[in-house]
Amino acid sequence: MTTLLLLALAVPVAGAVFIALLRRNPNAREAASLVTAGALFAIVLRIYQAVSGGARPEVTLAEPLPGIRIALEAEPLGVLFALIASFLWIVTTAYSIGYMRGHHEKNQTRFYLFFAFAIASVMGVAFAGNLFTLFAFYEVLSLATFPLVTHAGTEKAKRAGRVYLGILFSTSVVFQLLGIIWVYAVAGTVDFEPGGILRGNVGAGLVPILLALFVFGIGKAAVMPFHRWLPAAMVAPTPVSALLHAVAVVKAGVFAVLKVTVYIFGFEFVAETGASLWLMWAAAATIILGSLVAFTKDNLKARLAYSTVSQLSYVVLGAMLANALGVVGSGMHIAMHAFGKITLFFCAGAIMVAAHKSEVSQLNGLGRQMPVTFAAFLIGTLSIVGLPPTGGAWSKWFLGVGSVEAGQIGLVAVLMLSSLLSLAYLLEIPLRGFFGKEAGGTHAPADGHAHAAGGGPADAHAHAGAPGHDDHAHHGAPRWSVAAIAVTASACIALFVYPEPFYRLMTMVTGQ
Amino acid sequence: MSAHLPILQVVVPLLAAPFCLFLKRGRMAWGLAVFASWAALAIALALLGQVTQEGVLSYAIGDWVPPIGIEYRVDIVNAWVLVIVSGIGAVVAPYSMASIEREVEAGRIPLFYAAYLLCLSGLLGITITGDMFNVFVFLEISSLSAYALIALGQARRALTSAFRYLIMGSVGATFIVIGIGLLYVMTGSLNMADLAQLLPEVWDSRTVKVAYGFLAVGFCLKLALFPLHLWLPNAYTYAPSAVTAFMASTATKVAVYMLLRFFLTVFGAPFSFDVMALDRVLLPLALVAIASMSLVAIFQVNVKRLLAYSSVAQIGYMILGLSFATVTGLTATLLHLFNHALMKGALFMAMGCVMYRIGSVHINAVAGLGRRMPWTMAAFVAGGLSLVGVPLTVGFVSKWYLILGALERGWWWAAILVLLTSLLALVYIWRVVEVAYFRDFPGDEATREAPWTLLGPTWALVALNLYFGIDAGRTVGIARQAAEVLMAGIGP
Repeated sequence: MTTLLLLALAVPVAGAVFIALLRRNPNAREAASLVTAGALFAIVLRIYQAVSGGARPEVTLAEPLPGIRIALEAEPLGVLFALIASFLWIVTTAYSIGYMRGHHEKNQTRFYLFFAFAIASVMGVAFAGNLFTLFAFYEVLSLATFPLVTHAGTEKAKRAGRVYLGILFSTSVVFQLLGIIWVYAVAGTVDFEPGGILRGNVGAGLVPILLALFVFGIGKAAVMPFHRWLPAAMVAPTPVSALLHAVAVVKAGVFAVLKVTVYIFGFEFVAETGASLWLMWAAAATIILGSLVAFTKDNLKARLAYSTVSQLSYVVLGAMLANALGVVGSGMHIAMHAFGKITLFFCAGAIMVAAHKSEVSQLNGLGRQMPVTFAAFLIGTLSIVGLPPTGGAWSKWFLGVGSVEAGQIGLVAVLMLSSLLSLAYLLEIPLRGFFGKEAGGTHAPADGHAHAAGGGPADAHAHAGAPGHDDHAHHGAPRWSVAAIAVTASACIALFVYPEPFYRLMTMVTGQ
Repeated sequence: MSAHLPILQVVVPLLAAPFCLFLKRGRMAWGLAVFASWAALAIALALLGQVTQEGVLSYAIGDWVPPIGIEYRVDIVNAWVLVIVSGIGAVVAPYSMASIEREVEAGRIPLFYAAYLLCLSGLLGITITGDMFNVFVFLEISSLSAYALIALGQARRALTSAFRYLIMGSVGATFIVIGIGLLYVMTGSLNMADLAQLLPEVWDSRTVKVAYGFLAVGFCLKLALFPLHLWLPNAYTYAPSAVTAFMASTATKVAVYMLLRFFLTVFGAPFSFDVMALDRVLLPLALVAIASMSLVAIFQVNVKRLLAYSSVAQIGYMILGLSFATVTGLTATLLHLFNHALMKGALFMAMGCVMYRIGSVHINAVAGLGRRMPWTMAAFVAGGLSLVGVPLTVGFVSKWYLILGALERGWWWAAILVLLTSLLALVYIWRVVEVAYFRDFPGDEATREAPWTLLGPTWALVALNLYFGIDAGRTVGIARQAAEVLMAGIGP
């Protein structure tokens, strides 16, 4: 059983090695990527079976400091996160093959290599057995994704990389690490235990401070004012934005917040001490402000990025509600938002490759040429907003009920307002696509115009010097990419009918 | 044989030094230096093993019984420092061959190795001896040879840097010898263990307190505590690369050891903290050193000078641990002695590789080296991450205990300062990394990776940075044991 845990880390690393070895043969290299992703998902699935049967496999890799271990342990919350990340890695790999080739990106080997390293560190985060291990893999994840963010190698990418690493690193080192050492100083351990390890070890005055150190110190959760890195990271190729900055990296952040709340503090203890009362309003403010900023963005990826900022705080909010319903909603939202948002990013990338459009205002009428893509975008939108028949409805439901249970009617209003906001700024895109009037042809002149007005993420100008590619516009999105979009969009609907596995995992977490 | 290890620790490199002069060829002198350095490391490891099993070792030189004769006294504290010093020597010595042949003219190479071995034996002597005056003698041996080593640098400014160091170093040594003299007047003894017994009777006398003051200033000059650090940046910048790597990892560490040994063993921790308020004097200096020198490092354009200012800041961390006046704080200090030697050694050696190929250590000189000299720059990145304190490197271990010490005292602001300044370290390391990886290489196509004779030792240190970051159980155990020995007489 423990070998499965080790394999979950080792398989992506081994995949990275194969990717590097096969760099001369792109087809073999991509095949290696796909096989690795599939193998990883199979492994995580086996772990899921064991954990839902009640097993809690664990393994210690090393003991860097006396009493501080690098240990892996599978528990329901981590399994939920690992399931989502590893499944979506398969889909994203398929998508990337279409995207990276269709977009003629350079240094594709480096891209697949660091992608595999990033997934390995995500597995480390998901199965971390204590705070120290979580922190270590969290930092490795920042480092592994840095070359992906700066993939274009331009001045702009370099600046974005500085913001990215700067914010993630400084918050984690100054707040999170301080929190970890403080927890160790008072509790004498940093292991994750059901019910938490702090009860009886700290005075009530210290709990809010410690909790704040984690909520803000886990910068990947993008709670304002530490959210700037996420829009900056959009300079990366779209598959990176899709898997890492809608699923793996940002979810590693909110997952860590949830995990710390449940297994270090214990959500009952948080509720008793009232430690999260002001933090839930910090999350609520991020939810509303993120939506409002998303409104002002014409660049499609930037709009999606701010939507992510807003949606991530739903998960944080669920954790801060500190009751069983909130925690269930929080965990389910990790899953539901992942499927919804990755669909939206896939669509954005497909539009970019097929039509070279990156701004919302350029999308008029494009839906009639790319019906699958825009239909999928509509489904993704519904899931993000939380409307049936999509999975997003479930997590919003639990978060709302959890807010009522916590006696925070104001938060219910926040949730509803933000749903309306996100409906407005996301629905604009399929509406323009299907019903908008084309402002001229989609032929060469319009395309050139698109680049002049671009100024968005690096992808927008990757083609500026290659007018010969305009004939792409009518080829539609690459076939691999469309298949990936279809998979995630159908998953959004399937999760409405069958949210059971994720729900069951979360009830195991809350112990009900 | 094993009974004589304490004296062999010093005598082997000391005797090897003059033989270097007889060997006309540089390579032969180098071979002798490598042999002597490795022998010193083997002896130091053997001593550490003996001490952990049998406790304190006492060696009477010429069988003159202490406190009359000179005693070499090895406990866990100085056995630890001996391993650090000789370990760095054992890595730098093989590295020095290629580096020194490039940077020092051929005729002076045997002289270089003679001076290097003298410096090594001086540092080992200071560490191992249990006699105060003997400390002063070895201090002069190591200092004078260090001035000569620095003056061998290529740039003419190496001469003025060495001269400046000589002036400041001599002032420091004079202060120390005055302090030792005053203590001798008061007690009639030069043996440290003996003094520790005699001093409590005369604690109240003003002479003892004045002696304490002289010693404090002298040590702080030698260990380059802000604001007495002015000699250090130039000395490290203009010295030959191998010398910088050696000195940065050993000389200041031994000075910190002297301070710990005198103030905590000879005077005793209760006297230092309760009567002389050592902690309250050192705390502000350490904080200012860490913050200001990290800031200054950010604005340097010469990478060796950048690392030199970083060293002054890192010394601040060591002194900060001491100023917590707890076992955990002192554990952090002793850990950082070792860990900082590993990381700074690796960083300076990586820059030595750059110097070897490019001939400059200006920040623009590393442009594009991320692709051109991948192993060198990867070593720099790894050493840099360790300096910043990323988990699974030794830097993280030091930081962990330093912050734990601060929180134990309830000084959360000190913990935050340590964390914030580690971000400053990230900034100055990142400046170099960005130039190396994001700019194109301007030089000619023939430029290749540094030879393995340079890369091997560099990567040996990098590997140790990672190894002791992943498995710090042994180093933490030794450091804590040593801290408990030093803090004897004061609660945990």
